[in-house]
Amino acid sequence: MDESVLVIGGGVAGIQASLDLANRGIKVHLVEKAPFIGGVMAQLDKTFPTMNCCICILEPKMIECYRHPKITVHTLSEVTEVGGSKGNFKVKVIERPRFVDTSRCTRCGACIEKCPVTVPDEFQAGFESRKAIYIPFPQAVPYAPSIDKGSCLHFGGGGCIVCEEACPTGAIKYEQDPRTVSLNVSSIIVATGFEQYDPKEMGEYGYKRYDNVITPLEFERLVSPYGPTGGELTRPSDGKIAKRIAFIQCVGSRSHRPGIGVPYCSGICCMYAAKEAVTIKEKYPDSEVTIFYIDIKAFSRDFQNLINKARDEMGVEYIRGKPGEIRENPLTKDLYIWYEDTDTGEIGRKEVDLAILSAALLPRNENTRLAQVLGVDLDEFGFFKVEDPFLSSLETTRDGIYVCGCCHGPRDISNSVVEASAAAMKATTGTRLTAEGSGG
Amino acid sequence: MNMSAESSSPRVGVFVCRCGVDIGDVIDVPALVEYAKKVQGVAYATEDSFACSTSGLEKIEDAIKRHNLERLVVAACTPRTHEAIFQSACERSGLNKYLVEMANIREQCSWVHRDDSQAATEKAKDLVRMAVAKARLLQPWKEPEIKVNPNILVVGGGVSGLSSALSLADLGFKIYLVEKEAELGGMLKSLHKLSPTMRDSSESLESMLRLVEQNPNIEIHTSSRVKSVEGAISNFEVEIESDGKVVERFNVGRIIVAIGAEILKPHGLYGYGHDKRIIIQLDLEEKLKNNDLKGVGTVVMIQCAGSRNDERPYCSRICCNTALKNAQILRELSPDIDVYIIYKDLITYGVESSALELNTKRRGVKLIRYRDESPPEVAIEDGSVVVKVFSPTINEEMTFRADLVVLSTPLVPRGEASELARMLKLPQDPFGFFKEAHQLSPLDFATEGVYVCGTARAPKDAVESISEGLGVGSKAAEYKFSRIRGRGAAFAEINEKKCSGCGICIELCPYNAIRKDEIGISRTDSALCGGCGVCAASCPERAITIHHFTDDQLEAQLLAAIDRRPRK
Repeated sequence: MDESVLVIGGGVAGIQASLDLANRGIKVHLVEKAPFIGGVMAQLDKTFPTMNCCICILEPKMIECYRHPKITVHTLSEVTEVGGSKGNFKVKVIERPRFVDTSRCTRCGACIEKCPVTVPDEFQAGFESRKAIYIPFPQAVPYAPSIDKGSCLHFGGGGCIVCEEACPTGAIKYEQDPRTVSLNVSSIIVATGFEQYDPKEMGEYGYKRYDNVITPLEFERLVSPYGPTGGELTRPSDGKIAKRIAFIQCVGSRSHRPGIGVPYCSGICCMYAAKEAVTIKEKYPDSEVTIFYIDIKAFSRDFQNLINKARDEMGVEYIRGKPGEIRENPLTKDLYIWYEDTDTGEIGRKEVDLAILSAALLPRNENTRLAQVLGVDLDEFGFFKVEDPFLSSLETTRDGIYVCGCCHGPRDISNSVVEASAAAMKATTGTRLTAEGSGG
Repeated sequence: MNMSAESSSPRVGVFVCRCGVDIGDVIDVPALVEYAKKVQGVAYATEDSFACSTSGLEKIEDAIKRHNLERLVVAACTPRTHEAIFQSACERSGLNKYLVEMANIREQCSWVHRDDSQAATEKAKDLVRMAVAKARLLQPWKEPEIKVNPNILVVGGGVSGLSSALSLADLGFKIYLVEKEAELGGMLKSLHKLSPTMRDSSESLESMLRLVEQNPNIEIHTSSRVKSVEGAISNFEVEIESDGKVVERFNVGRIIVAIGAEILKPHGLYGYGHDKRIIIQLDLEEKLKNNDLKGVGTVVMIQCAGSRNDERPYCSRICCNTALKNAQILRELSPDIDVYIIYKDLITYGVESSALELNTKRRGVKLIRYRDESPPEVAIEDGSVVVKVFSPTINEEMTFRADLVVLSTPLVPRGEASELARMLKLPQDPFGFFKEAHQLSPLDFATEGVYVCGTARAPKDAVESISEGLGVGSKAAEYKFSRIRGRGAAFAEINEKKCSGCGICIELCPYNAIRKDEIGISRTDSALCGGCGVCAASCPERAITIHHFTDDQLEAQLLAAIDRRPRK
């Protein structure tokens, strides 16, 4: 039997780990809970500090991964049971149906067009709606519709069969059942990523109360050429181009207020804010962009250059101080940001069209369940705990189970990708390959 | 090399990508498609919203079969990121992968001519016409299979080198580990304790060194350096010297550079070098190791000493954590030691280093911020070291009498980095750190089969260096299991009848791929050739052909550039 490795999570880290393994001839089962792979990176506009288009870099990797003869991608799937031990894990994966027979589907889109249900499109951060049967974005992998059972009228008891009738090839299969797949793998890589902090918790910034206060992921969709506005930075309240924009850093991060946020620095927010500020200034040179920060953490090669470009070349204003409050003018929906500039001690009020709250990176909620299934420990925050931060920094508390990317703490894309390769290496030594390695 | 029966006028298919709005909103795509249909040789032309998407690729694959297309032109983005997936689309529909040509109508057209749709559309027509002209002359190519020597050279015996050597040796690779010092261990030998474990550096290192020393697949060469490297990925010839003498020659298939970095000794800065009470963090580590802190009551640490300035704008990533860690250790040693850290921005990031920051503050270490425009001043007054700094937080100048001033200086590339860069043809950044090929492939480098990990690439801590060592291990191991590798279609071939033996190409070739044969004629080793074309461009006899970029192909492309008629 071929030895194989289980990778949990189909974001950029999981994809890279899978590709590294598969390119060495090792069989990979990639388990992704969404109907499509790509993770958060697929939603992002550009990378920092190189300002490359995210999807343009990710898309070829997603396709290579999905088409790789050594990789089996299980979408809509979750790991439910892990027995055995390193070298011989016995894993059960539940694969939920997409209710579409992908071998029959011709991607004509008739089902999507005819579907009567519209729900907020989570891929477009809710700025657009999608149907109950949908493909989230044109470059989605796999490129085949999936029925979101929760919002579909057929499953809601309404007896709707509009998509089935619209489909010219009979590809809609409401009767598909979840199936349990049993896998034997020699090691497991966890790459389940992170969750964005919900800034509603910090009521003083008015997220969800004020239309023009948004999160970074919402911003990424607004400036993406493939987003709901075609890349125009329109503000949610009135669709006007936002020309005065502020970023508030450390929203939920570095918080020592009881019950609010997390005490750690999320590591990437200074850089994505600089990147987003540069994106705005490049597109709208006459706009005014302000970044409220505590410390500027530009801690990798070339990072400081991007900060310098934003501040010195593009004229982005950096104000040191964490604003106390945002208030909204109920008539214009403009925002007033109250702050103390801790460099000068002066109290100020900044009027802006749009405010972006640089929200913390949190461990995923479902880590608790997954950790139980895997039999591994989480740290005090809910990230996957590593056995020994020095000698075995990518090893969980259970032998043969490894981590990479944001599931064990915030990190950037570049670091996640390095770790993915490193975790793939650790997982390989677990596959008992020998000098004359058969490798598959 | 003829792979299949070739018609004299192959049927070209043109696929124009809208890239959503990125191309489609600037260039008149339907007009471009209509134009393409009229270009000589084009049998089929169409457009798609995203040619690179799964559905786009399926349409291309389908069209190749349905319209018997023999050559492909994809007018889209850059071949750098996307050529491979269009090549795979060709392969999946039975067309040789080297029969596709890309016309970059995004980065080189729609993005830069956003404000002039009409001109951008005309330029896109030119680019497509040129690509078609070249595509018609493309030849199929089957990559030769070249056996890769399974042995691996690791240069540098610090933690990044050790971790890659160990992981690869575990997989059965024979490793030559070359270290210039008499002992393995690198920077960690000089350190006291490591965060976040706060274990002795030597203890952490020992466990790794034991594994390396016991591993029969690792051949260790200490007090040695790489004298020369010839050849390419499949087979590098390496010479190792010790005490100025060549001590060994061996062949390897891949090379991992893990030479680390140095800590800057900032002579003259803040009085460093003038007074032995003004030291750098590395000296403090030494003092902590030797318990040599008698009589020290006040320690002032100054961050960004020699970094984040005009000369070295980069942040060295590890210095804030190092200062916090050492400050914490000092406070644990004795509560009578007062420690002040004077910083610009506190670079703690992620879970572990944020915890270090918090613990250090809880132990009573005082952090004082300074601004770029008012850095601290260090002076000797009446025999005491006095540090003055303006604190924007309290809007006052503060004065400290320090028993020790500890400068947190950045990691800088090692002197030998440039020599290795030349030997291995690795690009460096302006400061001398080795540069990767692309951000999303941080472990791939310009020279195939050569990898860099650890602080030789950029400042990072020990944990990150170990991960990176493993990461390049993963990349280097790729060739193990194929044992053979393919090479692209671009390579140089020398016409022996035309070659005059002048040798210009030999001197210019950056891949050392050209040698003289016994009668003085230049010969290329196609396994080594990188296909860069320098030789062909400089050959006075025009004796050199670069396959996939032949004179005929480029000439056709150029003629198409100046002749705007579609010629059909």
